[in-house]
Amino acid sequence: MLQEKAEQIPSPILNVQGLSCERNDRLLFQHLDFELRPHQVLLVEGRNGSGKTSLLKILCGIRLADDGEVSWCGESIQRLGGEYTHQLAYVGHTDGIKLELSVAENLNMARAMGRPANVSIDTVLEQLKLSAHHDDMCRMLSAGQRRRVALGRLLITQAPLWILDEPFTSLDTQGVAFCEALIEQHITSGGMVVMTSHHAVNLDNQYVQRINLST
Amino acid sequence: MIMKFLHKLASPPHFYRLVGRLIPWLGGLCLLLLLAGLYGGLVLAPADYQQGEGFRIIYVHVPSAWMSLFIYMVMAGAGAIGLIWRIKLAEVMTISSAPIGAAFTFLALVTGSLWGKPMWGTYWVWDARLTSELILLFLYLGIMALYGAIEDKRTASRAIAILALVGVVNIPIIHYSVEWWNTLHQGPTVTKFDKPSIHLSMLIPLLLMAVGFKLYYVVTLLMRARNELLVRERNSRWVAEMVTGK
Amino acid sequence: MNELSLTRALYALLKRDLLLAVRRRSELANPILFFVLITTLFPLGIGADAKLLQSIAPGIIWVAALLAALLSLDHLFRSDFEDGTLEQLLLSAHPVSLLVITKVLAHWLITGLPLLIVSPLLALLLGLPADMVGVLMLSLLLGTPVLSLIGAIGVALTVGLRRSGVILSLLVLPLYVPVLIFASNAVDTAMSGMPVTGQLAMLAALLVLSLTLAPLATAAALRMSLS
Repeated sequence: MLQEKAEQIPSPILNVQGLSCERNDRLLFQHLDFELRPHQVLLVEGRNGSGKTSLLKILCGIRLADDGEVSWCGESIQRLGGEYTHQLAYVGHTDGIKLELSVAENLNMARAMGRPANVSIDTVLEQLKLSAHHDDMCRMLSAGQRRRVALGRLLITQAPLWILDEPFTSLDTQGVAFCEALIEQHITSGGMVVMTSHHAVNLDNQYVQRINLST
Repeated sequence: MIMKFLHKLASPPHFYRLVGRLIPWLGGLCLLLLLAGLYGGLVLAPADYQQGEGFRIIYVHVPSAWMSLFIYMVMAGAGAIGLIWRIKLAEVMTISSAPIGAAFTFLALVTGSLWGKPMWGTYWVWDARLTSELILLFLYLGIMALYGAIEDKRTASRAIAILALVGVVNIPIIHYSVEWWNTLHQGPTVTKFDKPSIHLSMLIPLLLMAVGFKLYYVVTLLMRARNELLVRERNSRWVAEMVTGK
Repeated sequence: MNELSLTRALYALLKRDLLLAVRRRSELANPILFFVLITTLFPLGIGADAKLLQSIAPGIIWVAALLAALLSLDHLFRSDFEDGTLEQLLLSAHPVSLLVITKVLAHWLITGLPLLIVSPLLALLLGLPADMVGVLMLSLLLGTPVLSLIGAIGVALTVGLRRSGVILSLLVLPLYVPVLIFASNAVDTAMSGMPVTGQLAMLAALLVLSLTLAPLATAAALRMSLS
């Protein structure tokens, strides 16, 4: 019964056609086309101010494109609305966590808002190397630890599409390696990732698609 | 076919050129109507037997008050179109309307209070219509302030479109509540067409003025919209071509 | 357990906002203090003539409530906007307008309900007859949620601005006019011994209307502010 259902669902695919974006009457990029399928990472590159964050926000459906369309499984994401957003997990510039809440409370909140994954908070905290901080307020944590809590959102919910804006910000070497492993694991198990990064990303090239907004 | 025509009309360079040619004609017609209306209202129409010569201010007051509401409706309509179909021209029309609407509202307030001096013996009475008009002025100012405060003008256009729509839902409620709060003013005299309570020689100039004001709005709106388009499209090719004269 | 659950999401959001308010405390106290302070300024400004005070008490209390509501509005989305949780709310799988209603409800419980609770004290200070307190509280119960709901639109429109204070009041206060009129008039009319069901019914109608429409406008405005 379940398998039948799985067959009916077409394999997810993110399709972008003729995308243009303006900010302050200036064209950031135009006629952008690409496609993202399971097992693929899209690395968005470009100078500061080239519109990377704007592109990611458009892909999330928060920002509206000035021209062109983003579709998920052949359907416009604007039309899909919540049906699309529960397929995606987003980690942006800001961590999206409440400093006055404890680490566990923040993760619980993230779980309630999305489609929960089959793991307990404790397991996730162990993976994030934050087990000792279960009940600590996020205000007490360092910037890198807060970033880990933000990344914890990817583990506590199950979303095929991850959209990550500079996920490595304020992470130490171990943290970066951990995050890369996370991404790799997600891709090999059939997920999709769109990300920006100023750092070199250490991922197997067979998965990686690059797009440069500055050219 | 119609959609194609509309789409072409809504393209900024086409709109800019077409409207540039239309403006002098509309402006001339507007001037004629206003002159005829003023002559009819200030010279030909007899003085009112109750209000004397003072009533003649209605030839400015009443059309301004009509325009103040009308422009808000246009603004909300254009805002909705801009919000739904993301047509740049509609966004430009929304913000270009706001200062004109605010000006008409202000004019209606000033002429209303000038009319009030001989009628009520004071420049300001908390009369229902003047109060509604004052609140409408605040709504206009809010829209202009919000637009000015948001840096990205496309985002700002969405913001004021939402605000204008919220305002449109609220205006009847505000109007009704203020009316209910105070029912002092003389009843509406002009909209009662079935039983006209004002003389024809007074009504005709008033209608001429109303049409003239409407045309004035159209002309200034188109002029403002052209400017706004130029500013917004300053980085585009058609503006560069036009400026360098190619 | 692994399915999307709207009720769980709304409950979690409500609990989170209330918990945050308890942890920040000042948010709880500020509107009440402001409400009481403004009201005490009026007798000082216009003199302690008991009859005069009593006759303008409904207006004073309602204007003070309006300003207190306005003052507290900024908390509704500001901190969520700054730390990025607002983005996460918009990206949750649930209808944004329902999340907005939940947040407004939490905000009203934190800032509106306390006004309701201290209002008998203010009525006493201004010499409002004791049997009018019921009508006053009823008008606050129906009116202050409308203030929160309409205010949410204004905050959502201005949350991305660095200095939003003046603009916010310019956007929101004109829209508060009907609530002010019907609510203060309800108390006024009750004092002259006439029935006030009409005014209260109007307030209830405003509440229903704003409950259905304001969250939609707020959701659209939030999207605008976050883009």
